[in-house]
Amino acid sequence: MSPRILPFIMVLAAMAMVPLVSTSPFYVNLTSQVAIAAIGALGLNVLVGHAGLNSLGFAVFPGLTAYLVAWLSTVGGFDPVPAALLAIGGTLAASMLFALVALRTTGLGFVMITMALCQIVWGAAYRWTSVTGGDNGLSGVPRPGGAVLPLERPEWFLWLCLCVLALALLQLGRFFDSPLGVALRGTRDQPRRMSAVGYDVWRIRFVAWMLAAGWGAAAGLLYAWYHQFVSPHMMAVTASAEVLLMVVAGGAGTLAGPLIGAALVVLLKNLASIWIDRWMMLLGVTFVVIVLLMPDGIVPGLGRLTAWLRRFRPAPAPALVPRERTDG
Amino acid sequence: MAFWISQSLNALALGGLLFMLASGFSLIFGLMRVANLAHGALFMLGAYLGLAVVKAGFGFWVAAASAAVAVGLFGGVLERTLLRRLAGRTLPQVLLTLGLAFIIADACLMLWGGDPMRLPPPPELSGAVRIGDAVFPRYRLFVIGASAAVALGLWLLVERTRAGAMIRAAVDDVGMARAIGVSASTLFTAVFCLGTALAGLGGVIGGPILSVYPTLDQDMLPLALLVVILGGAGSLIGAFVGAYAIGFIYTFGQVLVPDLAYVILFLPMIAVLSVAPQGLFGRRLG
Amino acid sequence: MAEPALHIAGLSKQFGGLPAVSDVSLAIMPGERHLLLGPNGAGKTTLFNLICGDLAPTLGSIRLFGAELVGLPPRKRTAFGLARTYQILTLFPHETICRNVMLALNGLKAGKWGTWRAFEANRALRAEAMAILDRVRLADLADRPVSQTAYGDRRRLEIAMALALSPRVLLLDEPLAGLSRDERVTVQDLLANLPPDVTVVLIEHDMDVALAFAERITLLHHGRVVATGSRAEIAADPRTREVYLGA
Repeated sequence: MSPRILPFIMVLAAMAMVPLVSTSPFYVNLTSQVAIAAIGALGLNVLVGHAGLNSLGFAVFPGLTAYLVAWLSTVGGFDPVPAALLAIGGTLAASMLFALVALRTTGLGFVMITMALCQIVWGAAYRWTSVTGGDNGLSGVPRPGGAVLPLERPEWFLWLCLCVLALALLQLGRFFDSPLGVALRGTRDQPRRMSAVGYDVWRIRFVAWMLAAGWGAAAGLLYAWYHQFVSPHMMAVTASAEVLLMVVAGGAGTLAGPLIGAALVVLLKNLASIWIDRWMMLLGVTFVVIVLLMPDGIVPGLGRLTAWLRRFRPAPAPALVPRERTDG
Repeated sequence: MAFWISQSLNALALGGLLFMLASGFSLIFGLMRVANLAHGALFMLGAYLGLAVVKAGFGFWVAAASAAVAVGLFGGVLERTLLRRLAGRTLPQVLLTLGLAFIIADACLMLWGGDPMRLPPPPELSGAVRIGDAVFPRYRLFVIGASAAVALGLWLLVERTRAGAMIRAAVDDVGMARAIGVSASTLFTAVFCLGTALAGLGGVIGGPILSVYPTLDQDMLPLALLVVILGGAGSLIGAFVGAYAIGFIYTFGQVLVPDLAYVILFLPMIAVLSVAPQGLFGRRLG
Repeated sequence: MAEPALHIAGLSKQFGGLPAVSDVSLAIMPGERHLLLGPNGAGKTTLFNLICGDLAPTLGSIRLFGAELVGLPPRKRTAFGLARTYQILTLFPHETICRNVMLALNGLKAGKWGTWRAFEANRALRAEAMAILDRVRLADLADRPVSQTAYGDRRRLEIAMALALSPRVLLLDEPLAGLSRDERVTVQDLLANLPPDVTVVLIEHDMDVALAFAERITLLHHGRVVATGSRAEIAADPRTREVYLGA
């Protein structure tokens, strides 16, 4: 186990040390953005990488939580922490209802229905102006904390994000190796056999859906606290597509993939906003390039590369290439 | 009474536009198992191309025809060069068509700017007619008629011609269709051209009603998906019923409960899915 | 007379008006070795799919030791002691052979819902899986991913997956399909050594193996039962020749 978790500890530690190295809040905030995006991408990876369910509406989970916590802690008058708990609870409850609709299909049907479900909530946020503020969104979302935990300061907020990210990596890392994690990939590859040997395929997928919803909600909460502002754009099709790109670019079905993908997309997006202001175009081109050149993502791609390099050295055993299905 | 008549006519016009958009999506889906997420962007591209042709001094009809042909050819090229490599792989296809949608949308924004623009209807169809107490734009009546004509034409093509028989055979079973001598390769490209041309045509026809603006694609694609989920993928009848149902629900929803119209739009989808996951007239989506 | 292990009565399945299985009735006794015979398209695999619950019948009843199966999902039927193999290999290609069997073993255990302890760490489950792999002569390859095994090994794994459920009634769909002569012998031995109390229903086109194995035979044609009887009766029945050689 330890050789596997060591790289993750090193990466998290390096991210945590950014505030000690850089005095500029820009890099600290950028690191927070990567951490938040990675938590969301890890959640989506449960569906895309392990359940074989390609969701194009993942942004609904962080979006719902962000809107709920924003509304509760501004209009609703709740303190940040109770508002957060209620928001996550509300998102999980809504996610159960969504599961009843979305999990009736798989394959392309699932793609379209998850997109439609996200669109419903986007529509409510965008059009139900009296409650959600419409296109202007809700601003002035307070961060929790105080003297002991000054979360209004960028470095402390980063450390909170990294704690949640570490928790997500730990929980999902254990889950993917657990009996249910193995069974989940079983329902991805051979649902018929799974059901024939006694598994409840629907319930296994439901657990995966709720796990994705839970980590999506965590990401949404941190997102709302980070920006202290929510708007319908965080539930637009592009937002869901960005998370999907993180998962696929990094490597669906791997634990490190979403982390690498999140860093890639967040950095790309920030660079684009500084220099070229054509994020949509860049996002589109990245999709096309990834699909055509690196369909399995960076992590399996690197795995294949090292295996290929090893062939030029006298190796005692052929390297096993970790390869996960990315198509549905 | 006048309210109901004119809103019903609006609903029929919107339903007709949605049919032009969704029927192509549905045919492509049924035949090739591809959810073409660039379909909304191609609709918008058609609208912008039509606008450019009109602005260049050609008439509306030339604009409609040339946008349909151009978008159809563009779709054919996409199918031949890119989509074809990914046959049978769901996630890469989804990502590719989505990526193309973003590229097309951003290119339109780059070329034509961010301001909404109005595509003027042809002069012979401007003005209004009186129906009972209601006054109704003549152009919308034309849209109702034109989309019905497209629906009829598509139906005749699929049900009454040899090409249509091939499409139906291939929708049922591509392997079987190949065995009896249907060239799936040509058929796929042809249907992709047809489907995307319909989207382009829909963009121009819809231009005078919807106007032309940068996020038109993001507004139209979810509606097309809804129609297809509701009616069932691969079914022309399903697209027809779904398109007009959505047209009515959206039109009346917007008038009666403007805040929540968009949310209400999705209720029939949820109702249908809980009874028939494959949609009203479709096969299984999985 | 004892209660049949598997009792099918008036079972029919239509696909869009076309009958695939019509009014099939069968009574298979505990411990019986029963062969389903018939040309391609006779409805044999459809019958298996109906028994296992992958398909819902249009009409009829299926009882396993007296308990009605129609209306139950496949996983509940498995809990009653039903297991099957597939004609088209249905394995988990990314997992090792051993983990395939462990996954099948876990299907009826409460431990399958665990989300924290590693699957691999379950020593008892692994030992159980190894015992089954020993029976199908795959213990040597236990830790090899399925994607790197030979076709013959996969065929035997297919059987191991069903054995993992300790079935009372075992449905085998062409367990010898595509195997070499040597491999056939291995599987034939394996079938011969199945516990005598397990009821086995077999679909197989290799007549030498099938006839050596089965005591009773049902002849299906166009989704209907043409004849049921002992090996000798079916061999002597003129309709057998008719189904295979005639129209």
